Amino acid sequence: MNKHHTSPFTLGSVDEAQPCCVPAPQLEVRALSVSYGDRKVLDTVSLDIYRGCITALIGPSGCGKTSFLSAINRLTDMLPTAKVEGSVRFDDEEILNAGVDTLQLRRRIGMIFQKPNPFPLSIRRNLELPLREHGVRKPRERSERAEQALRDVGLWNEVKDRLGSSAMALSGGQQQRLCIARALVLKPEILLMDEPCSALDPMSSAVVEELITRLRGRYTIVIVTHNLAQAKRVANYAGFFWMTERVGKLIEFGQSQRLFDAPTHALTRAYISGVSG
Amino acid sequence: MTERLFTWTIWLSAALVAAALMWVIGDLFSLGAAHLSLDFLLSAPRDAGRSGGIGPILVATVLIIGVTLTVALPLGLMAAVWLAEFTVRGDALGNAIRLSLDVMAGVPSIVYGLFGNAFFSIYLGMGFSILSGGLTLACMVLPVFIRTSEMGLAAVSDAWRQGASALGMTRSAAIWHILLPAASPAIGAGIMLGIGRATAETAALIFTSGYVDRMPESLLDSGRSLSVHIYDLSMNVTGGDTAAHASALVLIALIIVFNLLAQWFTDRWLHRRQLA
Repeated sequence: MNKHHTSPFTLGSVDEAQPCCVPAPQLEVRALSVSYGDRKVLDTVSLDIYRGCITALIGPSGCGKTSFLSAINRLTDMLPTAKVEGSVRFDDEEILNAGVDTLQLRRRIGMIFQKPNPFPLSIRRNLELPLREHGVRKPRERSERAEQALRDVGLWNEVKDRLGSSAMALSGGQQQRLCIARALVLKPEILLMDEPCSALDPMSSAVVEELITRLRGRYTIVIVTHNLAQAKRVANYAGFFWMTERVGKLIEFGQSQRLFDAPTHALTRAYISGVSG
Repeated sequence: MTERLFTWTIWLSAALVAAALMWVIGDLFSLGAAHLSLDFLLSAPRDAGRSGGIGPILVATVLIIGVTLTVALPLGLMAAVWLAEFTVRGDALGNAIRLSLDVMAGVPSIVYGLFGNAFFSIYLGMGFSILSGGLTLACMVLPVFIRTSEMGLAAVSDAWRQGASALGMTRSAAIWHILLPAASPAIGAGIMLGIGRATAETAALIFTSGYVDRMPESLLDSGRSLSVHIYDLSMNVTGGDTAAHASALVLIALIIVFNLLAQWFTDRWLHRRQLA
């Protein structure tokens, strides 16, 4: 159904890959609302995230896209005033219930932040620490999985001789790829990416963007981006968020090409053509 | 012109501070260095300290500091973690505790001495002992140590907390493996401040660990710390000045050694945690 199906998976093992972008929902989001204290930032958002596809969320700053991502891996739990309502079903299991094991959930749903945030540890330890925390006891298995993750993000050849040195010494683009590797090492099913390229220089940004398209099929990706051209290039599905009366809402959602070429909503049309926002 | 005046003033101020320190050390050296010997460090004081050495006093000092650190480090670190990681900004209880710590940090040491005497020596029945003195110093050192460590933790980037959380790591793992190592320079500075304060302390120890100058046989024995020894020699013993100067030199050396040890320890710990 899309031309990316034939793109070469030169990184990582191809055979593990799911058929690329199955039009079957892996996440079903229904009437999701997020508020901080009395202030509602996201109002009744409903959409489906399809397995193996890249879904881009676009819209102006402050319209609740990041809150949307944080609600899906329950990172909102860290904020004492945050309140999340509605329903998010992940493979038919409700993940907003109080009893859900959030540590396991976050292993299955990884997250990449806008600013690369490698831990101030060695490159190796950045990858092996999460594995150890998730019960991978054998050092050999840990180092094999770390190597695989570094190969997956194309960082192995750049860092294999200095795995013991600090990750903080890497360039911004390398740091962001390390963060992606750190998420991949846990074998997640979904990756949430919050403007993963916006803090990078254009060349690093292009490398990370290429990496994201290569991850298609093996992982379900939800990416927030302010770069419309990037969204158009990488996404299978796209959602447009807009703020009305200081509350974020999903205005339009659909196949990316359709949304960019023939938006049905006037606000989407205006935003895409650069008239507002 | 004003620019030159400014530059001169800055240089002069720095030189004055350095000169004051050099004066003190130089004075001690010229008056006490001749008295220093291995025998002085190892033997027991005789004739109220006029002759003999400071062997038992060194042992008592190290034991007192040991008790202080053993109690203050774990307790202080955990308190700092609670303040920095488990209280929300503006939390009333957290703020109340911060305020009382800041007040406690400014309380004169003689007050700690009276408290230690009343609580540890009399109420808990420890008498005049190294244990009682060490615990009193722990109370005195804790406020500064907790606040320094807490500020170190608070300065650690939130991005790492989020990152650890997003990887499904537990809070304790994030604190132990990421946040504490990242804050270790501040924690190390806190330890050094604490050691400096404890080693230099006299007033709080006179009432708690006492001033018996025999070799201590257990933590429940009374023991005279170096600072108390210096005080006694210079105030109560005529003809004890030379021994006092020599002891003061040893005290300064001891503080430097303790600081180097603390620095080495935190560096090593940091390195092992971060680059393993």
